[in-house]
Amino acid sequence: MHVVETAQAGGLFAYAPLIILFPLLGLLVNLLVGRRLGERFVGLVASGAVVLGFVVAVLQFLALRSAPEGARVVVADWIAIGSLSVPWALKIDSLSVTMMLMVTGVSTLIHIYAVGYMHEDVRFQGDPGRYTRFFIYFNLFVAAMMVLVTGDSFLTLFVGWEGVGLCSYLLIGFWYEKGAGGIGNALAGKKAFIVNRIGDFGFLIAMLLAFWAFGSLRFDEVFLRAEEMGPAAAGVVTAITLFLLVGATGKSAQLPLYVWLPDAMAGPTPVSALIHAATMVTAGIYMITRNHVLFELAPFSSNVVAWVGAATALFAATIAVGQYDIKKVLAYSTISQLGFMVAAVGLGAYVAGMFHLVTHAFFKALLFLSAGSVIQGVERGHHHAAQDHTAHGGPPFDPNDMRGMGGLAGRMRTTFTVYLIGAVALAGIPPLAGFFSKDEILAEASRQDPIVYWLLTAAAFLTAFYMGRQIWMVFFGRPRSSAAAAAVESPLVMTAPLAGLALLSVVGGALNLPGVHTLGHWLEHSLGVLEAGEFNPAVALLSVGLAGLAVALAWLLYGRTPLAEGRPDPLRRLLGPLFVGMENKWKVDELYDWLIVRRYVDLSRFLAETVDGRFWHDWFHDLLLARSFRRGTRWLSDGFDLPIVDGFFNGLARLTGRAAGGLRSLQTGYVRNYALALLAGAVVVLSLLLFG
Amino acid sequence: MTTDLILFAVISVLAVATALAMLFSRNAVYSTLFLVFNFLVVAVLYLLLNAAFIAMVQVTVYAGAIMVLFLFVVMLLGAEQLSGRTALRWQRPLAVIFGGALLAIIGYVFLFRPAGSASLPPVPAEFGSPAAVGSELFQQYLVPIEIASILLLVSMVGAIVLTRPEKRKAE
Amino acid sequence: MNVPTAYILVLAAVLFSIGVMGVLVRRNAIIVFMSIELMTNAGNLAFIAFAREFLSTAGQVFVFFTIAVAAAEVAVGLALVVAIFKSKHSIDIDQMSSLKG
Repeated sequence: MHVVETAQAGGLFAYAPLIILFPLLGLLVNLLVGRRLGERFVGLVASGAVVLGFVVAVLQFLALRSAPEGARVVVADWIAIGSLSVPWALKIDSLSVTMMLMVTGVSTLIHIYAVGYMHEDVRFQGDPGRYTRFFIYFNLFVAAMMVLVTGDSFLTLFVGWEGVGLCSYLLIGFWYEKGAGGIGNALAGKKAFIVNRIGDFGFLIAMLLAFWAFGSLRFDEVFLRAEEMGPAAAGVVTAITLFLLVGATGKSAQLPLYVWLPDAMAGPTPVSALIHAATMVTAGIYMITRNHVLFELAPFSSNVVAWVGAATALFAATIAVGQYDIKKVLAYSTISQLGFMVAAVGLGAYVAGMFHLVTHAFFKALLFLSAGSVIQGVERGHHHAAQDHTAHGGPPFDPNDMRGMGGLAGRMRTTFTVYLIGAVALAGIPPLAGFFSKDEILAEASRQDPIVYWLLTAAAFLTAFYMGRQIWMVFFGRPRSSAAAAAVESPLVMTAPLAGLALLSVVGGALNLPGVHTLGHWLEHSLGVLEAGEFNPAVALLSVGLAGLAVALAWLLYGRTPLAEGRPDPLRRLLGPLFVGMENKWKVDELYDWLIVRRYVDLSRFLAETVDGRFWHDWFHDLLLARSFRRGTRWLSDGFDLPIVDGFFNGLARLTGRAAGGLRSLQTGYVRNYALALLAGAVVVLSLLLFG
Repeated sequence: MTTDLILFAVISVLAVATALAMLFSRNAVYSTLFLVFNFLVVAVLYLLLNAAFIAMVQVTVYAGAIMVLFLFVVMLLGAEQLSGRTALRWQRPLAVIFGGALLAIIGYVFLFRPAGSASLPPVPAEFGSPAAVGSELFQQYLVPIEIASILLLVSMVGAIVLTRPEKRKAE
Repeated sequence: MNVPTAYILVLAAVLFSIGVMGVLVRRNAIIVFMSIELMTNAGNLAFIAFAREFLSTAGQVFVFFTIAVAAAEVAVGLALVVAIFKSKHSIDIDQMSSLKG
């Protein structure tokens, strides 16, 4: 029996709703008075709200220590219609607390970083007024994410799901008037929202199926009834889980709905770090883990999940190899790593998946924030360089382009150090965190599904390679532009959180060391006792070896002979058309555009112009209705009203006139005539009296 | 035929003749005089019908005053002949027809549907005398007398007003 | 005189008809007026005849009043004719047709 009974809330558990409340309060305060009280205040309030959230998460952690079965905190009644009862309730168990701690913790560090980053970014982009807005959205995101992870039912989770989607949209398009053609960022936000919508639709169908099949939306009840129904519900459960996968594909950027994530890099770097690396994109994996009961009941779906994850991992890794934008490399890397996590939960290794989720959050956030630091350093350098030289022609300045970087190790020491730590962790080199989490997944895969295993291994190889490529391109060699040559290190408010994350990346592996399985035991209370993966030395050795090989290759290509200014990437010569494919993201966006977007636009246009315009408006309305109506009224007026009705009355009048005219002729004016008439009348009357 | 009838016949013929003469005469003065004659004849008939006072009144007022007034006006205005052309061509024939019809009807009624007694009652001595009529007038019909006098006054005033010369605007 | 009342009435009727014809046929306004007087007179005759038959003085009284009224009427009427003559310079009643419809 997987479902664990939960006690009613009491003690420290009662503080759980505060974890949603504090960020909401923060955003309200900033909304109302932030603009007047300045950047310092706004940053303080926003970060403070998240810190308080972290404190609450810690309190929940402590509460769980004494009551490991968790609790259910009902905040208010929300929907109570007939048999459907969805109260606003929080489910506090080890799984949700893990997510709470990770999200609030990493959010705190990123908020502090963002205080410094946004201070410079708003000035670089030329609109200091937007500082407050950023932190309002940021806090809103944290609140929505908390709703997501503490949701007691599909519906409450979905509310948070949609909320983070909204914040993602708002923050990607934060500089909405900038980007390609003046709307590039806004378009990226729109793309993210729409692609996510497709996933959300899948999630919605899954939710409705669950309600239809099991009569409830609460996780506990659904799981209970699914298990009770057993094989009878197999079809429905498979359907539900497949649709849940669709939802996860959207939110966690897997094949085929990953296309929004690279475009999402249009947002400020803290956004990329928090939302698109550490937290929002992990919601899909969290959701699958939460529904593990259903996935265990549908082995087919689990297999599909694993294959999707593995395929995505490799696919994204290949694209990452060919990217020049520092953030795009990290974006595809994120997609690839999410693939690892999805594959893990598909294989049933929920602990491994969650473990990698947490460690990935550490080092990916670190990498993104450091990349942000690098970008700003180059921007500062550009600013200095532009002041020294007069403006010169050439390609427009792009601070993200790695081809314009180089030699930054010397100029930005701290950033280089932490970036290196992050890269090593991502590459999966022991004893940093990435090794342990990734290895656990690989071990599980090797035991269950060889195809998945080899796909993941290949992805791991490429991961190490492109990180090495990135390190050598950015930090070593000679600066390839004047901006890079004049790069300046970031301030403490930015480098301090980096250090914190670097530390976590180093020691994060301790969360679930093989043999000790701290996280595994911790998550048992939510997920039930799972078979712990044993440590497989062969797998570990192979993965480390491959990582080392990849790094060596990278050094060969990019380290030994550093890339000179204006020279093409060496891989182009080596791989030829393959590299072109990688560079162009395998033209997936173009395919989607041609296949779906353009067809849809054509359909819309057809519907609008032909169906709505020509048929409905021109023919049906104008021709049929309006003209018939006009003809009808014209017939009524000209054919009926005028001749008949008017004619009748006119005729009446004319008759009266003629009668009057006729009778008028009696008034001759001659007295004698009148007298004669009198006489005639008198004679007639007398005759009548006498003889009548 | 009694003498009464013969007498009556003669008087009737006279009356009708003078009336017709009045009608057909082209000269207005002659017409007026014929009418005077007619009134005198009728006054005689009144006498024969024991209405002595009325007969005298007829002669004095009707024949004596009213017809004299007529004569004055005829003299004043025009005894001239009027042109024979008229727009009312049907007037005369129709008038004859309807007039004849009227006469025929009335004659028929009086002659063939008689009412009342066949013979006339005897007449008291003072019937129709001024005293008798006068006493009736001033006792029964006092108010009408007074009203009639007012009426005569009004008509006098009216006649004077109507025949007053128009006031000239600029005096 | 012992004549049946009917005969006198017939005489009155004849005089009356002659008067009516005079009104209808003659164009001279004064002649028309005189014809009206003839008609009135005929009516008076009828009254007197009945007064004789029923020995009622009321009939004679009525004739008295009729004569008085006729006098007043003639006075005004002739004054009217005179007034009209002043404006129209004619006493042809066919010329006074301005009330033609």
